[in-house]
Amino acid sequence: MPIEEKEAKNGMLKNVQKIGKLLIVICMMFISLSSPALATTVEENAQAIEGLQTTLTFLWLLIASGLVFFMHAGFSLVETGLTRSKNTANILMKNFMTVVIGILVYWAVGWGIMYGADAAGLIGTNQFFLAGADNATWNSWFFQMVFAATGATIVSGAMAERTNFKAYLVYCILMVAVIYPIYGHWVWSGADMALLSGAESPIVKAIGVAHHDFAGSGVVHSIGGYSALAGVLLVGARIGKFKDGKAIPIPGHNLTIAFLGTLILALGWLGFNGGSTLNANDPYMNLVVVNTFLAGAVGAVTTMAITWMKTGKPDPSLTANGLLGGLVAVTAPCGSISNWGAIAIGIVAGIIIYAGVMFNENNLKLDDPVGAIAVHGYCGTWGLISVGLFSIGIGNGILADASYAAAVPGLFYGGGISLLLIQLVAVVTTMAWGFGLSFIIFKILDAVIGLRVSEEEEIMGLDISEHGIRAYPEYLMREE
Amino acid sequence: MTRMCKLEAIIKPLKLHQVKDALEEAGYPSLTVTDVKGRGQQKGIVQQWRGKQYCVDLLPKTKIEIVLPEDKVEEVIKVIQSTAYTGEIGDGKIFVIPIETVVRIRTGERNGDAL
Repeated sequence: MPIEEKEAKNGMLKNVQKIGKLLIVICMMFISLSSPALATTVEENAQAIEGLQTTLTFLWLLIASGLVFFMHAGFSLVETGLTRSKNTANILMKNFMTVVIGILVYWAVGWGIMYGADAAGLIGTNQFFLAGADNATWNSWFFQMVFAATGATIVSGAMAERTNFKAYLVYCILMVAVIYPIYGHWVWSGADMALLSGAESPIVKAIGVAHHDFAGSGVVHSIGGYSALAGVLLVGARIGKFKDGKAIPIPGHNLTIAFLGTLILALGWLGFNGGSTLNANDPYMNLVVVNTFLAGAVGAVTTMAITWMKTGKPDPSLTANGLLGGLVAVTAPCGSISNWGAIAIGIVAGIIIYAGVMFNENNLKLDDPVGAIAVHGYCGTWGLISVGLFSIGIGNGILADASYAAAVPGLFYGGGISLLLIQLVAVVTTMAWGFGLSFIIFKILDAVIGLRVSEEEEIMGLDISEHGIRAYPEYLMREE
Repeated sequence: MTRMCKLEAIIKPLKLHQVKDALEEAGYPSLTVTDVKGRGQQKGIVQQWRGKQYCVDLLPKTKIEIVLPEDKVEEVIKVIQSTAYTGEIGDGKIFVIPIETVVRIRTGERNGDAL
């Protein structure tokens, strides 16, 4: 046998041995896996999948919370961009402190009042300072917390450029500790007696269907918007806003900043509405997201078209408001309606933005520099009403497997008037609670601290008078 | 002794670069530029904020100041007028003012030598 042939034969033998060893290992693995001692039961599999789903929900809610947290950057930018540069540092401080206060106050008081053990369907009574919290509670708390400070931020924008900083801070604490969480308890606590949504609530029993506010057109936006209305009414218009009863435009100092803020808010809505599924495995999460952005987009187009027709030029800041109006309106119905429903809701929201801003200025003589009352108040109300009109109803059509949506069809889908009726009850409640309670609080603050800065301070700008520094200090000369 | 004049040209800010380059090309590189606000007979322009129109009654303008011998004035006026021209309202104005004395701070030279 020649040397090469012998070596080749040896090599073949080695290969055969290797294959043999591999077969033995594979056989052993099969045996071990199929033996009873190592088998996974169906129950264990189900448990593992459930654990994974819980983890996914935790993760999704943390991501969504981050997006909603980022909305505070959006609010800051919209408010500074639509106002004058001399008040920028003040506005940044207000929005910044709103988040900071929101975190602490919602931890200490807000969460307990909103989600603590129910008393008579009206208020939560425990879990203050997150006592007894576990992993799931901390996860829920973080998601709910980022919503809580939003109401105060809405008010901040409407009262910009003339409100006393200290009075605003106290108001902010009360908003996150009392105004927001009590109304939130009535809608979102899940308590049997919860005033507007619990099965045992006398209101729900009388009408026959629970109130539905998916992500807070009412809880967050209407409450914020009507609180803003009370604030604007009491603090009065900025110097120079009205001349002989006629509204005078006071242009904001930076549209770039205002538009960046608007887009950040829109991005945040992905978390605001998407996260409000409260379940990463919700089969309608993507419907929620698509409806949200459809309504926002068509709201912007509608407002742009109206301003274009009215003045001959498409108005930038009102168009930006139009996007927000659509987003606010669809926040309540987004999980209960079709894409076409979202389009219809957005168009109406776009009309409400233009009509609302003009009505506030020309008829009510209200000075709302950023349009917060129209965006959050009026469009929030429209959002609540639209649930009663456009809801498809759980189990019907595209919502065959829905769990978190308005239970019955709305008026346009053959469901009759009852859903619309309970939505209207909620509308009246947001107005009475948000406007009424804030009115009382602002009245007290005005008497104790003073709601408005002095005339000299307002003319000088709140940056210097309240904080001693302008946001853009290099514009001022300094003598050496 | 040649008399000296100052040209004050109030022009549209967006025209500054063209005017400056044209002056340099014509041999008049020295100038002083100031951002100013003002208005002419049309009393400002109308702008729009949040769907409402309002009048901006003091418009941003740019003032160019050049000091030169009297016999060069017409030439420089032509340069500025031809480059700052758009034909629209608000193109600006040129004022010519006699100058008494010019002193160069560094050397103490006076009048024509100091330009």
